[in-house]
Amino acid sequence: MAESGKIDPMHQFAIEPLFGTDHLSIGGFNIAFTNSALYMVAAALVLWIFVVGGMKRELVPGRWQMAVEYMTGFIKNLLISNVGEGGRKYIPYVFSLFMFILLANLLGLLPLGLIGMHPFTFTSHFTATGVLAIMSFSIVLIVGFWKHGLHFFSLFVPHGTPALMVVPLFFIELVSFMVRPFSLGLRLFVAMTAGHVLLKVLAGFVINSANASPALGLTVGFASFVLMIGISALEVLVAVIQAYVFALLTSVYINDAENLH
Amino acid sequence: MPQIAQIADTYSSQIFWLLLTFGFVFFVIGLGMVPKVQGTADARDAKISGDLDAAKAAFARADEAEADYRTRDAQNRSAAQALIARAKADAAKASETRLAAADADIAQVIGAAEARIAAASNAAMAQIETVAVDAARDMVARIAGVEASDEAARNAVKAALAHG
Repeated sequence: MAESGKIDPMHQFAIEPLFGTDHLSIGGFNIAFTNSALYMVAAALVLWIFVVGGMKRELVPGRWQMAVEYMTGFIKNLLISNVGEGGRKYIPYVFSLFMFILLANLLGLLPLGLIGMHPFTFTSHFTATGVLAIMSFSIVLIVGFWKHGLHFFSLFVPHGTPALMVVPLFFIELVSFMVRPFSLGLRLFVAMTAGHVLLKVLAGFVINSANASPALGLTVGFASFVLMIGISALEVLVAVIQAYVFALLTSVYINDAENLH
Repeated sequence: MPQIAQIADTYSSQIFWLLLTFGFVFFVIGLGMVPKVQGTADARDAKISGDLDAAKAAFARADEAEADYRTRDAQNRSAAQALIARAKADAAKASETRLAAADADIAQVIGAAEARIAAASNAAMAQIETVAVDAARDMVARIAGVEASDEAARNAVKAALAHG
């Protein structure tokens, strides 16, 4: 464990059961309501409130409706530009995915520590991002085999492959295809974890240097603090970009299944 | 790293709650609400493009109507001009015939008047002869004391009148 004084930058990722639900279980599997689950519920709830505000269905939209329609329109354009008109039926899934991840990332960045709460980013756990990645990958597999049957395997043999290269290329493409759920899930997990660790390490510098001596506090501590401000802004950007990358890659993979090539 | 250290204890809870919350997000929000929101946006886009098309069509119709109006205006103008020309020609012809008729009338009246004048002047001449004969007989009677015969006086007057 990376330690900086008494401040453990990894502690923010610790999962703790809440409300005494430690031993809640279904069929022998523990389903304790944890701080992670709390933030999942919060993300779902905030998303629900956001979309409900856009349900007025007015011809001339208000600001809120405009914002919600902008997001759905954004996902619609993403799918249409990547998949074509056939991508419209994936709007509900990709919208849910994008907004859920986006809100999870942003809620985890809220400075709730200032009022004594412990913000938690469940997208920094590969158990969560892995489930989302496997869902996206499953949709690709199901749609691919549903639409194209065994012909879906032709995805692994690009056009114009020389006969000699078909077999090796098939396995290379197969590996690159099978790696997709891992890269999809791990990319999000790593990006969120790295950003949060960096912020906490810098925060540890600020606290420890200020405690050590005023001179260190004003030099190292102040520099770290300024850096934290910049990195916090960067983290907001990363939160949006990672959600976008997840949705974009999902739609690119769906395109493979929908249109083969 | 708690993500790895706690995985055995927490994976089932993480997966369960993620599936539950994402299931809610997908089925309630994604499938239940997003199509309505997107439907509203699509309906608006359709209405805007429909209105624009209608406006374009109306513009085209207006242009057509204007062109139509212009051709009809030109036709009406040329028809009116033809009508005016014909009316002018008719009027000129009519006034010509009336003028000719009036000329003939006037010539007739002038002829009659001239005949009357001639008759009146003849009658006047005859009267002047009679008066002159009387006057000549009177003069002869007064100057010569001779009673000139009516016939002699008449002949003398005639001769004098003939000589002017």
